[in-house]
Amino acid sequence: MSRTLIRGATLVDGTRGDLLLDDGRIAEIGSVTDAAGATVIDADGLLALPGLVDLHTHLREPGFEQSETVLTGSRAAAAGGYTAVFPMANTSPVADTAGVVEQELRLGEDAGYVTVQPIGAVTVGLAGERLAELGAMAASRAKVRVFSDDGLCVWDPLLMRRALEYVKAFDGVIAQHAQEPRLTEGAQMNEGALSGELGLRGWPAVAEEAIIARDALLAEHVGSRLHVCHLSTAGSVEVVRWAKARGIRITAEVTPHHLLLTDDLVASYDARYKVNPPLRTAEDVEALRDALADGTIDIVATDHAPHPAESKECEWDAAANGMVGLESALSVVHEAMVETGRFGWADVARVMSAAPASIGSLAGHGHALEAGAPAELALYDPEVRAEFGVGSLAGRSRNSPYLGSTLPGRVVATFHRGVPTVLDGQVRPADEVAGGARG
Amino acid sequence: MAVRPVLQQADIERALTRIAHEILESNRGADDLVILGIPTRGVILAARIAEIIRRIEPNAPEALAGSLDVTMYRDDLSHTRTRTPAPTDVPVGIDDRTVVLVDDVLYSGRTIRAALDALADIGRPRAVRLAVLVDRGHREFPIRADFVGKNLPSAASERINVHLREVDGEDGVSIEGGVR
Amino acid sequence: MRHLLSTRDLGREQAIELLDIAEDMAAVQQREVRKLPTLRGRTVVNLFFEDSTRTRVSFEAAAKRLSADVITFSAKGSSVSKGESLKDTAQTLQAIGADAVVVRHQASGAPQTLATSGWIDAGVVNAGDGTHEHPTQALLDAFTMRRRLHGDASRGRGLDGARVVIVGDVLHSRVARSNVWLLDALGAEVTLVAPPTLLPVDVSAWPARVGYDLDAAIDSGPDAVMMLRVQAERMHAAFFPNSREYSRTWGLDDARFARLPRTTMVMHPGPMNRGFEIAASAADSAQSTVLEQVANGVSVRMAALYLLLSGEREEAA
Ligand SMILES: [Zn+2]
Repeated sequence: MSRTLIRGATLVDGTRGDLLLDDGRIAEIGSVTDAAGATVIDADGLLALPGLVDLHTHLREPGFEQSETVLTGSRAAAAGGYTAVFPMANTSPVADTAGVVEQELRLGEDAGYVTVQPIGAVTVGLAGERLAELGAMAASRAKVRVFSDDGLCVWDPLLMRRALEYVKAFDGVIAQHAQEPRLTEGAQMNEGALSGELGLRGWPAVAEEAIIARDALLAEHVGSRLHVCHLSTAGSVEVVRWAKARGIRITAEVTPHHLLLTDDLVASYDARYKVNPPLRTAEDVEALRDALADGTIDIVATDHAPHPAESKECEWDAAANGMVGLESALSVVHEAMVETGRFGWADVARVMSAAPASIGSLAGHGHALEAGAPAELALYDPEVRAEFGVGSLAGRSRNSPYLGSTLPGRVVATFHRGVPTVLDGQVRPADEVAGGARG
Repeated sequence: MAVRPVLQQADIERALTRIAHEILESNRGADDLVILGIPTRGVILAARIAEIIRRIEPNAPEALAGSLDVTMYRDDLSHTRTRTPAPTDVPVGIDDRTVVLVDDVLYSGRTIRAALDALADIGRPRAVRLAVLVDRGHREFPIRADFVGKNLPSAASERINVHLREVDGEDGVSIEGGVR
Repeated sequence: MRHLLSTRDLGREQAIELLDIAEDMAAVQQREVRKLPTLRGRTVVNLFFEDSTRTRVSFEAAAKRLSADVITFSAKGSSVSKGESLKDTAQTLQAIGADAVVVRHQASGAPQTLATSGWIDAGVVNAGDGTHEHPTQALLDAFTMRRRLHGDASRGRGLDGARVVIVGDVLHSRVARSNVWLLDALGAEVTLVAPPTLLPVDVSAWPARVGYDLDAAIDSGPDAVMMLRVQAERMHAAFFPNSREYSRTWGLDDARFARLPRTTMVMHPGPMNRGFEIAASAADSAQSTVLEQVANGVSVRMAALYLLLSGEREEAA
């Protein structure tokens, strides 16, 4: 196993130190004097962050390999400073059995770039009718703890109640995609002044908020843990804040794009901006930033949703929902939270690493960088500011809303189990990474 | 850029009066005569010529002058910036009448070619004549004027400016620019 | 003009210029020879992803009277609606050498996507997109109003001070949207009257008054009342209880029509549901502009095609 000495990195508390990575762990931190045989990386001016953990990723494999595979998505994750991702269950076949989640786990292990921790479906085939084999998935080698029908809402209140109750047996959590289906039939964008003007069917905020309120009360009633995916409205923030104040075990996530982009971008009818839940108003963005800052929202998760070009190069109605986000997430959080003075880097580490690992009950990730901790970390240059181009993307799809715009910061290196997956800003070749992880 | 006046108000007045006389002479009076100006300044000149004709021949018909827009008949629509068409106003039918087209400057002849096409779409005149205030040469079509106010040989690099009081506040023709 | 996608981005001067050119085109329609050689050698493609015989025929007539070559591409029911993409179709039209594409599409924004995608060099005319806009319909409506109000003195004028009431399914109406922006640019005062369920959720920024009371609007003695078509499928989606209640509350029935001043124009973009949103007596009265609207449509579309295809091609934005 390789030894790496990272020299002179800045830690999230602002202090400088060396990190010696050895045998998949952080062997020493501080002033390292004995680093015989180690590869030395000069990290002067670079920030050392714990490896990022994404609780909401779409890797598309099996079934939609033209958009992404576990391997290509893992590379995108590494490029963004991630060391663990939770792929959602809406693959084909759906990840609703132990077999499928174990297959995904193995594909992730083979790729070796990040820990791939599958999410299981709540209902069979995401059909919202019968519970999937939640227990079998939990007991499988994939040790599934997060269950979600993401892409679709678990709409049936009784089914939702049962799911919340059932996963208590193995301390699981239901991650809800909160979208009242009847209120959002054919919905194309945030419902508001602009949707009326553009003639696009509206996706009203209430369709999200009503489901969150219902589920929070259900979670309270049955004493279960609820996680809410991709909060997008100021009203949702209020509901979560209320639920937390009441002592309900609820956690919430926000995507980078909902922290930065607003619905006025839709006026271009450029389908790169089509996403579900939709981009909202500037007031919503402000409320989401504030809620992330005050802890009402616990984590940032990418909802990385790759699509092939033809799914976006078309009329708005026909375009697919979703944006790729793994490669840009840290820079977007940097711009939305750090540059606006709401966050220090320790806060970034909390919402992008420690808290998601904790919500997802994922061992080996989310640890503070200290001696003995797993060598899961990223080196980030916070000083650069550059155009985000296709060269910044490392996955299979290019549907990023940031192409052509300028973003702060750049991931210079990522280490997973002590092995570099990204060096000098370049994703390492697959054979080296896979070999390193096994060796 | 040097601007050189070539016709004053009185010169223009005289030229139009002479043209009016020549039209009446060649048409043997004002009967069956229609004078159509090409927008913008040709329309003004046509109206002035018609007025002079009525002074000379008090029995000349009231509806003598009109306008013929040729924008939709031009062959250079995609080569220049978009032209806004002007109304066409033909006071009487042109069938079997003599139409005198009037323009301010005769240059390549393209405008007149377009005007002949436009005329053909609204009727079948007995004869079509052309009157211009200034003929500056450089023809690109086999077209010549029947009645000319002034021949003004010019270089292609020069500009001929025609000012008429109805739209420009004063009468005058000048040459601008060119290398002398 | 590079494209005509919406009335939203049409300024007052540009709109009046187009209406004035339409006057010239209308004059040509009175001649024995109705054809102009203006667009000889140019190719106009009518690309209709959605059925609309009326609009298609109107654009065809407009292009032919300007001597353009016209290719009609009815995409409905062909490979296009079965998944051939807008992009593939656009690239085919590019290969054919289209100078202008007149596009009707069921998806809002599709003409804009076509115009801004870089798939095609042609100018794009929006002939109705989803529930977004239908700019040539609004222009012909404005042209019709201007002629009724100002007659031969129409040229150069707007619709300043004219009071226009638009009634019905504003939510799903591209005609209403295009009219609101254009009428406002031309100086008219617009009032929208509709059941609350058939108005967009937030129209506070629209340059229009909004009300639910058709009788009050009728009694204000407007210069024009524009009745919008109500699609049958709205009745099954709980936008209103049933057609009887709709017709009674928001229809221009005999009694309401009788209360209108004799000078008030009765307009409808067609096709009409007689006896539902508009009584036959109103639709067929001398106050009705329905047939003029159809005739004026050709003149307005000729003007639009002229502006699109004349002049040096501006650099694509
Ligand atoms: Zn989702």
